[in-house]
Amino acid sequence: MTDALLVVDDLRVTFAVGGREVRAVDGINFTASPGATLAIIGESGSGKTVSCRAIMGLLPAGTAIGGSARLRGTELLGLSDAELRRHRGSDLAMVFQDPARSLNPTMRIGLQITEAITTHRKVSKREAQSQAIELLRLVRMPAAERRFHEYPHQLSGGMRQRVMIAMALACRPKLLIADEATTALDVTTQAQIMELLLDLQQELDMALIMISHDLGLAASYADEVIVMYAGKIVEQAPAAGLFGAGGAVRMRYTRALLDAIPHLERSAHTPLPVVGGRPPDPTALPPGCSFAPRCGYAEDDCLAKVPALAEHAPGHSWACWHPCENGGAA
Amino acid sequence: MTVPEPSATPADSEPRPEEPATGEPLLSVRDLVQEFTVRERGGGKVGVVQAVSGVSFDIMPGETLGIVGETGSGKSTLARAILQAPRPKSGSVTFRGAELTKLRGGSLLQARRHMQFVFQDPFGSLDPKWKVRSIVEEPLVAYHAGNRTARRKRVNELLDLVGMDPVRYAKRHPRELSGGQAQRVAIARAVALEPSLLICDEAVSSLDVLIQAQVLNLFERLRTELGLSYLFIAHDLALVKQVSDRVAVMYLGKLCETGPGEAVYREPLHPYTRALLDSIPSTEPGAARASSVIQGEPPSPINPPSGCRFRTRCPRATDLCAEEEPRPRELAPGHAVACHFPLTEPPPAESAETTSAANGTAPAAAPAGSETTSKAVR
Repeated sequence: MTDALLVVDDLRVTFAVGGREVRAVDGINFTASPGATLAIIGESGSGKTVSCRAIMGLLPAGTAIGGSARLRGTELLGLSDAELRRHRGSDLAMVFQDPARSLNPTMRIGLQITEAITTHRKVSKREAQSQAIELLRLVRMPAAERRFHEYPHQLSGGMRQRVMIAMALACRPKLLIADEATTALDVTTQAQIMELLLDLQQELDMALIMISHDLGLAASYADEVIVMYAGKIVEQAPAAGLFGAGGAVRMRYTRALLDAIPHLERSAHTPLPVVGGRPPDPTALPPGCSFAPRCGYAEDDCLAKVPALAEHAPGHSWACWHPCENGGAA
Repeated sequence: MTVPEPSATPADSEPRPEEPATGEPLLSVRDLVQEFTVRERGGGKVGVVQAVSGVSFDIMPGETLGIVGETGSGKSTLARAILQAPRPKSGSVTFRGAELTKLRGGSLLQARRHMQFVFQDPFGSLDPKWKVRSIVEEPLVAYHAGNRTARRKRVNELLDLVGMDPVRYAKRHPRELSGGQAQRVAIARAVALEPSLLICDEAVSSLDVLIQAQVLNLFERLRTELGLSYLFIAHDLALVKQVSDRVAVMYLGKLCETGPGEAVYREPLHPYTRALLDSIPSTEPGAARASSVIQGEPPSPINPPSGCRFRTRCPRATDLCAEEEPRPRELAPGHAVACHFPLTEPPPAESAETTSAANGTAPAAAPAGSETTSKAVR
């Protein structure tokens, strides 16, 4: 991709936990482009959130971060706090899962949004306030002027998440990272917020990275999909290359994730296809493929050698010694 | 589950394919109402939250009823009202032939022994200071089931049943378990007294999808091995359908549609059910984007809308929906809906759906046969 906004190259994040090394992110590459949506999918502990926090500079001091993440050519990793603060807001912004905990419960939401504006821009108080109301309108907040004077507890979960998005957009970022931004919301509210994010992305020509555990969400809303397992990317493809009539999932783990989602098409009481076990202990990763101990198709080579992520079909990469044929649909 | 009012079945006199098991229902809930008074500081009454407003359903032995609804729909309040914790304001709950609303003290405890709960957050429902063994043993102690040796043996059996090795896990504390393992412990505790009904309130919602599938399969295995009935409450329609024989859709304290899971999904009758189905992200790219997204948020249960409670967000709503509350009607065998204009009929002429579809031109005349629709056209 030539017009990439963010280029992440061989990103590595290592924590030291009780004297042992935890490789939370183990050499991942991806790009994000304006107007496009990238979904990073994985279970708890797969490294999806840690990789994005590394890019945002939000990991605790002392975390070993390697590789590079360049935004329009500027290296983000290793910047000082002051330098990072210049990028955050105007270049990068993030929306988190729990809007109730991200907002200050004792401050009116209007003031919180105004603060987000004045922190990054030299504008008068009155100007910032009118911009804040404008932002509330941008995120389709009903009765924006009235809500401006309300406290977070007076808003529903969906409205709070709209406030968080308004704050994230205060300085028109070029890249918005939504970390499980709709997970805590009801399904109809989730659909509203996802529609809003995609509309805003088109209006503002942003790059959008959505982090989620839900492959269905990725299929419905993303252009490009990355599946992570135990700190590595195990499959990467355009959404149309994975799902739907023309798509085919190749990596066994992606297949397992897809099969485990309850589908409306499946008749009641039929057992779901499951993989046993749990993701591996990150301090003691198996020598071969990380998924091999849980994989029903693993052979001797899977346990011995790590499969490399390689582009086996145009635009479609996977890391698997024995990939699914024809998407592996049962 | 059966629909309270038996109504006219289709003309053909074939036996109904979904004929419910004959005999007494295990659980029978009638016109259940739960309300909470909201008071301001000082004690003045601000309003009444109408959390559950006249809910009726049956669960037959061995049957699973799924209840799906969004935050604030009253589904958890309903579960607790059935359990009499707190007691419902009015209505009846008959469980194994006993009227729970009239029982108190020891007899209520004895009746409730056969009705157990599994909650959403396993760590919140397990005492962090207790070992797994004591947690699973607690209900046995509470109901004086056997001596210490017999109880310990039973705990090992129960841990085996939920797929946890007793040797490895019995002496651990909850913090040494993963979310999936902790939920298995909660399930082992719930089935310890061999209940006939398990009420699961968002019991797998906090688990990763692969672990969630394992726990769902465990519920399924316990259903066949122990002959359990379930009241399975969740916000995820696909998940509810996976485990349920029958599905009820709840909105703002009322059941708006009940029916066999397959029928509710294939031929939804209520506009809200359709909206829920349309909001589910699909693994077909672009599928969710193509369909229309329902607007707005549920109104406050303190002053719910008059008539049909969904009318403020419904594309089919007319004046009738504000004036008159729709009663549940059985439109197909075992499939009931509380809606003046169910989806089997064309939208009423003055509704937003018709106006936007017709795009300013005259609405097409509704076919005769449905009196509500033809009345609306004229």
